[in-house]
Amino acid sequence: MEFWKLQKSGMGKTREDVIFDTCNVIFLVLLCVVMLYPFLNQIAISLNDATDSVKGGIYLWPREFTWNNYSHVFEEAAVIQAIIISVLRTLIGTGVGLLCTAMVAYAIAQPKFMFKKSVTIIFIMTMYFNGGLIPTFLLMKELQLIGTFWVYILPTLISAFNLIIMRSFIEGLPKSIFESARIDGAGDFRIFFKIVLPLSLPVLATVALFVAVFQWNQWFDVFLYNSSNEHLTTLQYELMKILQNSSTTSSGDMASAFANSSDSGSNQVTPKSIQATMTIVASVPIILVYPFLQKYFVKGMTLGAVK
Amino acid sequence: MQSETTSDVLLTPKKEKGLKAFLRKCKQQQTLLLMTIPFVIWVIIFKYLPIWGWTMAFQDFKPALRFSEQEWVAFKHFLFLFTDDRFLGVLRNTLAQSIINLVLGFVTAIGLAILLNELSNIKFKRVVQTISYLPHFLSWVVAAALVSSVLSIDGIFNDLLTSLGLIKEDILWLGVGEYFWGILGAAETWKNVGWNAIIYLAAISMIDQEQYEAAKIDGASRLQRIRHITIPGMKSVIVVLLIMNIGYILESGFEPQYLLGNGMNVEYSENIDVFVIKYGISMFNFSLATAAGIFKTIISFIFLIAANSFSKKMGQGGLY
Repeated sequence: MEFWKLQKSGMGKTREDVIFDTCNVIFLVLLCVVMLYPFLNQIAISLNDATDSVKGGIYLWPREFTWNNYSHVFEEAAVIQAIIISVLRTLIGTGVGLLCTAMVAYAIAQPKFMFKKSVTIIFIMTMYFNGGLIPTFLLMKELQLIGTFWVYILPTLISAFNLIIMRSFIEGLPKSIFESARIDGAGDFRIFFKIVLPLSLPVLATVALFVAVFQWNQWFDVFLYNSSNEHLTTLQYELMKILQNSSTTSSGDMASAFANSSDSGSNQVTPKSIQATMTIVASVPIILVYPFLQKYFVKGMTLGAVK
Repeated sequence: MQSETTSDVLLTPKKEKGLKAFLRKCKQQQTLLLMTIPFVIWVIIFKYLPIWGWTMAFQDFKPALRFSEQEWVAFKHFLFLFTDDRFLGVLRNTLAQSIINLVLGFVTAIGLAILLNELSNIKFKRVVQTISYLPHFLSWVVAAALVSSVLSIDGIFNDLLTSLGLIKEDILWLGVGEYFWGILGAAETWKNVGWNAIIYLAAISMIDQEQYEAAKIDGASRLQRIRHITIPGMKSVIVVLLIMNIGYILESGFEPQYLLGNGMNVEYSENIDVFVIKYGISMFNFSLATAAGIFKTIISFIFLIAANSFSKKMGQGGLY
């Protein structure tokens, strides 16, 4: 923009400016290539015949196009189960987490609330320390959450960061709305559900996306609490297993199961193509919501930075 | 309800005020209390209660025994850690990984923000930004899968270096320990540079445009303007983030190290968090793992306080 002004005032681009701009654009284009290439490469491998991929040389385009890898992955019952759990934890975790966060945020945004300060501090403190891995693990054991689905939802119900973002937003709503609603005899629950929630849609969207991405991407809590419960593992965890196996041995659990399940040459799958296919399956939802993410998260970031 | 409370105030004698006023207030705000108390209980159970587990570090903890039956061993586990060669290596890895990530993270994010700011084509700027923070939203599992595929024997990195004539034969990059810190730094940068640049771009957008105009009229070149206007304009944000990150110096993360680490690079990949996972979860040595975790938390705290007071002394203002 500053440039355009310059040109208008008649000074024009200097030679130095032209060189700088050209280098800058070239550099940033290269950066975009580096950012995108690994992902595009995996798409190409996932759509290429598995035995052909082993020869190498697949970059951005499949050489022998096939849907074979995908049909293999989706035929595996464990993958379908993992997808169901991943979707469930994302939906439930986001819905419940959002409601709880919004409720506490509403309460601590009320200037007259008697425990406004202490409740805020109790939550903010959790940003700076935690009990650590082992004590938390033992607590989950004590609460008998290990081996259940709820171990994905309960421990991460409210994040202090999201709480502060929401509180800042609600505090920024015009005070007169609350006052007139109170005069009309509305209680806090009604104000919260009928007025605050509808008015907070932008921040709700931001936080919902943060939570949804977090839930979808989680694998460590599966590893910790449910690694022996096959019906409760998530997609990211299954991908993690494939990755771990391929880095230690040549064939992993699922990969070797895949390989054994198909004996005819043309239907062959390899750990490499399975890994690529699972990588794409595990990231597609993120890519799909990305346009929405994009729109809201910068807002959320700046909101969070205020406080 | 309001009229009721005013009459209450008029009727109540002064000496009863303390508790009664409190209870009345509780009643008045019962909905707000109802909205928060369950979650305060939640946060105490899930976030504060585990701190009790720190006692494990001073015991020879056995899960089957009750608290009163545990054997107390004072600082035995801490002493073991600091005489253990493996842990000293882990400590070195943690610090090295953190410092590399810290420096790389700052320099690349600030650099990207400056370059994006210099773009005159707003549409192109938006496209670059959108692409640059995409990796931030992918999980570390996906990122690790991508990294290991790029660095594999038949991956693009080997192909590229071979065709440029820089290496003669393919290298198993993740199989050589010495390369791990660099790979980790590059992976972290790839994943987070776009995201980290956002806050610097926000800081740059706060800079008064007239400063640039004035500098131009005075004949300042592009690079001079960047050096004397853009960078000083980001200074306060840089300082705040630097303090925060120095506080997290031992928090070099564990996901990429765990996921990209393997038997061949373990001497360089294993950091405190991975150590805690391996000792605690896989080997059931809860006490030792907790001791390592406590050590990390305490050092982080000291670093945070030190960095904060240092920045205050330098006249930059602190976090608190």
